[in-house]
Amino acid sequence: MNFDYNEEQQLLADSVRRFLQKDYDFEARKQIVASPQGWSERVWATFAEMGLTGLPLSPDYGGFGGGAVDLMSVMEAFGEALVVEPYLPTLLAAAAIAKAGDEKQKQAVLPLVAQGKLRLALASGERGVIGAPVADRIVFFRQGKLQAVERSSLQLKAHRTLDDLAAADIAFQAESSNPVLDEVLDFGTALSCAEAVGAMKFACDTTLEYLKTRRQFGVPIGAFQALQHRMVDMFISYEQAKSMACLACSRIDSSENAKDRARAVSAAKIKIADSARHISQESVQLHGGMGMSEELKVSHTFRRLTVLQRRFGDVDRHLERFASL
Amino acid sequence: MDLNYSPEELAFRDQVRAWLSANLPADLKDKAHLPKEELMRWHRILAKQGWVAPAWPKEWGGTGWNVVQRYIFEEELGYAGAPPIIPFGVTMCAAVLLAFGSEAQKKRFLPRIYNGDDFWCQGYSEPGSGSDLASLKTKAVRDGDHYIVTGQKIWTTLAHYADWIFCLVRTDLTVEKRQEGISFLLIDMKSPGVTVRPLMLMDGWHSVNEVFLDDVKVPAENLVHKENQGWTVAKYLLGYERMNTGRIGESKRELHKLKESFSEKMNDVRWRDRLTRLEVELMALEITNLRFLDRMRRTGQPPGADVSMLKIRGTEIQQALTELAMQAADPAAAETKALERRYLDMRKTTIYAGSNEIQRNIIAKMTLGL
Repeated sequence: MNFDYNEEQQLLADSVRRFLQKDYDFEARKQIVASPQGWSERVWATFAEMGLTGLPLSPDYGGFGGGAVDLMSVMEAFGEALVVEPYLPTLLAAAAIAKAGDEKQKQAVLPLVAQGKLRLALASGERGVIGAPVADRIVFFRQGKLQAVERSSLQLKAHRTLDDLAAADIAFQAESSNPVLDEVLDFGTALSCAEAVGAMKFACDTTLEYLKTRRQFGVPIGAFQALQHRMVDMFISYEQAKSMACLACSRIDSSENAKDRARAVSAAKIKIADSARHISQESVQLHGGMGMSEELKVSHTFRRLTVLQRRFGDVDRHLERFASL
Repeated sequence: MDLNYSPEELAFRDQVRAWLSANLPADLKDKAHLPKEELMRWHRILAKQGWVAPAWPKEWGGTGWNVVQRYIFEEELGYAGAPPIIPFGVTMCAAVLLAFGSEAQKKRFLPRIYNGDDFWCQGYSEPGSGSDLASLKTKAVRDGDHYIVTGQKIWTTLAHYADWIFCLVRTDLTVEKRQEGISFLLIDMKSPGVTVRPLMLMDGWHSVNEVFLDDVKVPAENLVHKENQGWTVAKYLLGYERMNTGRIGESKRELHKLKESFSEKMNDVRWRDRLTRLEVELMALEITNLRFLDRMRRTGQPPGADVSMLKIRGTEIQQALTELAMQAADPAAAETKALERRYLDMRKTTIYAGSNEIQRNIIAKMTLGL
């Protein structure tokens, strides 16, 4: 038993955090979101330089053979910074190709993904596909067979999600479940749990800071016990969520069967969705009117956590699945 | 990162499990309230095996297990439905003696605690001093080589079984900072002037008491640590107390029993979802507990104030489990009453050992800096 990141994971996490703090602060992000395409090629190129786009891919295709735990710290950092680049969609579609594609598909796509030259999106039966408008290829299953089609060949209606991600409704019905896809979606669920944990960390940190600096009635509002206890409950909620993200990611890497993996992932999703709702709502409430303001990052974190609660299935769906396993 | 126990840890768990299944008497399993002789029967079985005080230094009878092994052991005890090891002697008084006691005190008390010869209780709370412990009024006045102790303790768990009580008493009434006038004193319950009166709780059990101390003569050699420095001892003990409050093994057993006893209720989606949420909460608590243990093992540091969250969440889960069990049962059926009494009994968990509100104060102040 060991909850530490190893040295490589820690180094990677540190360098990702440093980059995001320097080049992806709230102001920089605002400009990226306001740009017509809604994501930054320069940022994407840096992700590729840092080895992030190839992190989970096999070395045979220019990747580093990393697992979910390797990605966990990256996703936490992305969650804190509210990254909008289509990282997770690209990784998931690439994972589907790596598991179910033929050699020709793999050769054609995976090395380019690792080099940061190709972005992908995965359609898995839902109408809206995150990352689709900015992807070069859309990956999906039809009758058990993996397809990777040029985005330009599809009719897409692009929009932005509540949390500023490029998404599009697609007109066709992609397959929503098969053993490979289920595994890929569990991988995605675990990573989005880690992303939510990062966003929750920011929400907790910034709320705590606010309680210490905002003064009313002549004292910092954090002097009031009613608020202290609510802040403590947010902190506890965060720590429980973090524990469950560790569980989900490590079970993705180590489970011997699909059932163990699915149980851990659904349990994590249930807890993390509950924590995300609790923490996001409290972070806005404890900021008072400022929490509602577009100008504060906490309101954008609120929006991301609101979406993440329901991505890859909401709590009810995972309660159902957990109980059935 | 690897959340699995190592092969050695798994082997250790299996060893404990096998020993429990062979040595835990069936008539002691799953008993919320046991008479003293039954509690001591279990205590002596563990003592004979050498497992009654794992955390003690080896020279006094400890097992030499690391924090993870100790956690596994406790979890297995809970999961097997074993009676609790009553903490007042083995866990609390002993921890204080080991950290602050003189050699003579250790020699005099530790072996008797280990062998179950002395039953201890804790004299902290008073009628006017609950959460605000430092306001306590029981006073001890030095008279030659004795203290004369006068005052009243309350909520004293199992005082009616106890041979000894460890008490916080006021030895200096003049100091401005009230924490500085408190001492830690060991009192023989057979001393003249000690009276125990039962306090019946709403669950119908007699487990707590009032303890009246009227001019009780206590030898000065029973003072632990220095006079007027008892608050240091109390604070040390509170930190010690908070690490084992998750009750994860016990709650796992309760959850398992719930699923078994009310298997038909699992068809009720509303009830099943509540149960699943609790199961998930328990998983999250367990992993959080393991994260704390891993941190302790890695850094060699004692637990931080944030372990208070184990007490908060652990007791909330214990309560929610009893509530769910009660909800599943027919309120008019004869067998339901035991579940209902357990529900009443468990309300104490969020109040005792530092109420959950006090635990939140601790995290707010010490961890969050509020």
